[in-house]
Amino acid sequence: MTAIIKHRLFWPASALVVLITVNMLANASFARITVRDGHLYGALIDILRQSAPLMLVALGMTLVIATRGIDLSVGAIMAVSGAVALTIIDGSEDPGGFGTIMIAILVALLVSLVLGAWNGFLVSVLGIQPIIATLVLMLAGRGTALLITSGEITTVVSAPFKQIASGYLVILPVAFFIWVAAVVVVGVVERRTALGMLTEAVGINPEASRLAGVRSRGIIWTAYIASGVLAGVAGIIYSSNTMAADANSAGYLIELYAILAVVLGGTSLMGGKFSIAGTVIGVLIVQTLESTILFLGVAPAKSPVFFALVVIFVVLVQSPRVHRWGRSVFGSSRTSSAPDEDAEKKEVAA
Amino acid sequence: MTAVETEKAPRNAVFAGIDTFVNRHASVLPTVAAAVILSVLLVGANIRFDGRFLTPGNISALLLNNAFLMVLAVGMTFVIVTAGIDLSVGSVMGFTGILGASMLSGGVPAIVVIPTMLVAGALIGLLIGVLVQYFNVQPFIASLAGLFLGRGLAYVVSLNSIRVEDPVVLWLQTTRFRLGDWYITPTGIIALVVVAIGALVMQYTRFGRTVYAVGGSESSAELMGLKVARTKVMVYVISGLCGGLAGLLLTAFSGAGYPRYGIGTELDVIATVVIGGTLLAGGRGYVLGSMIGVFVFATITTIISFMGAEQSWTHIIVGGLLLLFIVVQRAIVARTSRTG
Amino acid sequence: MTRNNHPMGQPTPLVEMEHATVRFGTTLALDDVALRLYPGEVHSLMGENGAGKSTLIKALTGALRLDAGTLTIDGTAMRFATPYDAQRHGISAVYQEINLLPNLSVAENIRLGREHRSHGLISPRRMEREAAVVLSELGLSVDPHSPLGSHPVAVQQLVAIARAISTDVRVLVLDEPTSSLDSDEVAELFRVIRDLKERGVAILFISHFLDQVYEISDRITVLRDGALVGEYLPTDLLRIELMQKMLGHDAPELLSRPRPASAAVPAEPYLKGRGVTSSLGICDADVDLAEGEVLGVAGLLGSGRTALARALTGIDALDRGELSIDGRPVRFASPRAAMKHRVAYSSENRRTEGIVGDLSVLDNITLALQAQRGVFRKIPPARQRELAASWAEALRIRPSDLDRPVRTLSGGNQQKVMLARLLALSPRVLVLDEPTRGIDVGAKVEVQNLVADLATNGLSVVFISAELEEVLRVSDRVAVLRDERVVDTLESATLTVDAVLALVASPETTEEGE
Repeated sequence: MTAIIKHRLFWPASALVVLITVNMLANASFARITVRDGHLYGALIDILRQSAPLMLVALGMTLVIATRGIDLSVGAIMAVSGAVALTIIDGSEDPGGFGTIMIAILVALLVSLVLGAWNGFLVSVLGIQPIIATLVLMLAGRGTALLITSGEITTVVSAPFKQIASGYLVILPVAFFIWVAAVVVVGVVERRTALGMLTEAVGINPEASRLAGVRSRGIIWTAYIASGVLAGVAGIIYSSNTMAADANSAGYLIELYAILAVVLGGTSLMGGKFSIAGTVIGVLIVQTLESTILFLGVAPAKSPVFFALVVIFVVLVQSPRVHRWGRSVFGSSRTSSAPDEDAEKKEVAA
Repeated sequence: MTAVETEKAPRNAVFAGIDTFVNRHASVLPTVAAAVILSVLLVGANIRFDGRFLTPGNISALLLNNAFLMVLAVGMTFVIVTAGIDLSVGSVMGFTGILGASMLSGGVPAIVVIPTMLVAGALIGLLIGVLVQYFNVQPFIASLAGLFLGRGLAYVVSLNSIRVEDPVVLWLQTTRFRLGDWYITPTGIIALVVVAIGALVMQYTRFGRTVYAVGGSESSAELMGLKVARTKVMVYVISGLCGGLAGLLLTAFSGAGYPRYGIGTELDVIATVVIGGTLLAGGRGYVLGSMIGVFVFATITTIISFMGAEQSWTHIIVGGLLLLFIVVQRAIVARTSRTG
Repeated sequence: MTRNNHPMGQPTPLVEMEHATVRFGTTLALDDVALRLYPGEVHSLMGENGAGKSTLIKALTGALRLDAGTLTIDGTAMRFATPYDAQRHGISAVYQEINLLPNLSVAENIRLGREHRSHGLISPRRMEREAAVVLSELGLSVDPHSPLGSHPVAVQQLVAIARAISTDVRVLVLDEPTSSLDSDEVAELFRVIRDLKERGVAILFISHFLDQVYEISDRITVLRDGALVGEYLPTDLLRIELMQKMLGHDAPELLSRPRPASAAVPAEPYLKGRGVTSSLGICDADVDLAEGEVLGVAGLLGSGRTALARALTGIDALDRGELSIDGRPVRFASPRAAMKHRVAYSSENRRTEGIVGDLSVLDNITLALQAQRGVFRKIPPARQRELAASWAEALRIRPSDLDRPVRTLSGGNQQKVMLARLLALSPRVLVLDEPTRGIDVGAKVEVQNLVADLATNGLSVVFISAELEEVLRVSDRVAVLRDERVVDTLESATLTVDAVLALVASPETTEEGE
């Protein structure tokens, strides 16, 4: 039992379960899933579909955070990627053609890759603090996206392109399959190769890793490139959803929601140990909460207040001080976990 | 102890002289660089626009248009020097602005409204500070909560823009004290006074030095008996207070409160502070440097509007400039840690 | 538990701790310990790592509260809430890791927190004047206005002491103050300590260097496993007895060499360095390292010990010079390249350049091997475990739980994990920089014996240590460094500590550069 409670995904997973349960109790239709034309519909399905951009961005963010970094530019990369894809489609003679769409997507992803590589270059080669290095692109990227779209909101009609965000594959949304595929690919690459362990080593102690012969430059670079490409995919899904390249609102604040999701999933912002499963849960919590707020009939604009409360609640739950209070309130029943923690702290301090 | 002093034999006197100079003044160099860039920008723009740029009216307007940014930058400098960060300032400014506008339109007198705005800002800062200090929350995350809270509350107050007609608040912006072609508004005076107080506090009070100490090494500062906890909470309160004050200045400037004001402003503020020579790693930086950073930002904005180019260039250029600065800072830090 | 009667028979102790007990959860970090400090004495606190020394210091200086027991100062019971609280009652501490502010000026580091203020404002001028006074008392000529971080570690350490004595200090705790000082600096420090003693300051001195302990102490208190072993006069206590009391068992191996010195130097060295020069502090060093040989490196701090090690192992780039292995020239562009040639380096900074704290013991052991195989050729998990377990077993890493984060291990075991990481690469050359720094005596001996075993098995080892006894004990030959140059390489069997000291501390200084 205690092993389950001490598992680091226990709290995020229970939070998600509680959130969904509360929603179902409050409104039975929340859990209702209907079948139309062989496709599933319902609030839960919507969450799975709508979480795609955030999921992709958060996935990349997890890798970057594991290297002790942060990528503030993902929202801007999303905007650029969407702007590039839609501008290509808009400018082509056959906006609905398969070839056009493939070219649009490929070019958009290539641009995202270059932007990610740029971030990685600043961080891993020039050694610039990640928060500042990616702030550069966060500021400049959106401006660039605005220049690509000439400051206008380019509206595009291309039925196949629209399918990316709104279409169905068999019974579930295409967007859902995209993020699941991304999670599986990233998960397999991280754990089946040594990339995961080496990434954690670099995140925990970069210098020790270098002395142990780890090519930390390449590993850090890889993380930012992955983050850039995943943000690019997110940008394509986002633009497919709106079918309009809106450089101002595409991916707006998504970096913050992504960071929130990663932290909710139990990965520390200090880098090192990371959990992809945790991030998936974290994203689903964020997305469910978003839907909940809508469900409650609150104006979407006011939703940040709820996120503020969630963030505060989560950080308080994770805070050592609150743990101590908890122990003193609940008596000695859990003190068995205390010596370990204190001993660790002592060792670190010594 | 001379053996220690001469451990690294100097290559020759000139290099040693430069090394010593760089060592002793390393923390000022980025700020000096910012001042140089500012001068180049101003002079360059003046040549480009045939002397129409460096006019008293134009320079006065720089301060007028960016008073709120300057106040935010002062608060942010305190936070960043402690190695923290405050992402909430833009939304705190937006929230206090709309809060003030809403109260004023409800007939509450300015004498009540203005302190309320300041206190509201300070309270959000206090919340962030307490989370950071007493609950070990990373500043990035704690102030992210502040960002969400401020923005959400702004929309809770009102979803739409609210006009301000209160004479006191409008007086802050419309009054112009003139000296020849130069002029300054009360908002500009407030911004400069905040800069002056900030600089004084940072350099010459124990609290200010403790801010640097915390940025240098928190545990050392604690062992030295400095009041670390109080200081760390205080910097966020100061930043929040500056957010509230900026909300007032922005409301006066625009004659309205609007819940979307200040979106993304935190990034501009961080950029200006860094351009002004403050190290994000903490421990080094100057309030006056941040003021120069704001002027650099303001000058770029003005140049772009002079050229009639898209304002989206502003952020591209500020981003580029930020990059230039961090590379320069990086080089300086690398150099000093090598000679040190 | 029998305690010696107080030898000096003075009336009241300045500080008296009775039944001091500190618990971390269920572990007793400090168990019913008594400590008395008299004015004008140097009192050494001895014990292995984990004996409770740090806990005792923390309790004394207000960094930690006693769970039971009393602390009285001048007969008044005290309960310090913070270190600052303790400082106000005249108890200051200077730690091994310098707890100062590199970004502030020397003067601020000395005076901040008790500087003079008028109308709440500080006068930097006045602060620098006050600091200058204290600095001159210590015979330290540094500019009080300069940033602390621009000075060498030794100077920073003395600034820390300057800070402590610039108040009305009555009790000064010096926790490993000499570990980064050379012998001149130690002498200087001891002069300051004696001076403070004259003034009636009680000094609690902690050091791993027995010589220093015997040189400076008036009394010695020994702790083991959180409990008090006893309080002794240095004159009554032989070194070997002191070690036995610290270790809790006989330690005959402390006196003998771990293996006989190899008689003949093989003709062809395995690793050969000629004119090895790096701008980070080594110049024209010639190094020969035979197969199965332990080459000791002796020298003062800043003499180029670490710079040499890093230049030999690809950590720092060579400015000039050549390396060859088995007669074939090699160039190491990175630590990785050196490891490909089976040359491995273990850093003196265990925490910052050695272990990867949050990763498990297992991951830490397999890290270098995995890094060498690259990202895509992951060592199969079962093989990883097998490998780590065998090394943990061979090096007696405790606790043996491989999944524990390595940061929870003691310093000595962390050191062994670092060794295991390098040994997993099956290296031919190991360069060990201060492998025994900051670990307790028992673990020290283990590491030394291990080095000897490895050499016997054909490995070539470069062994760097600030402790000459240790270097002489372990090495076959000793390279003596001075002023970033190798001044001589000698058979260690023919050497004594004094002989090496004479070489190391020779007064002539050659100041030339490129």
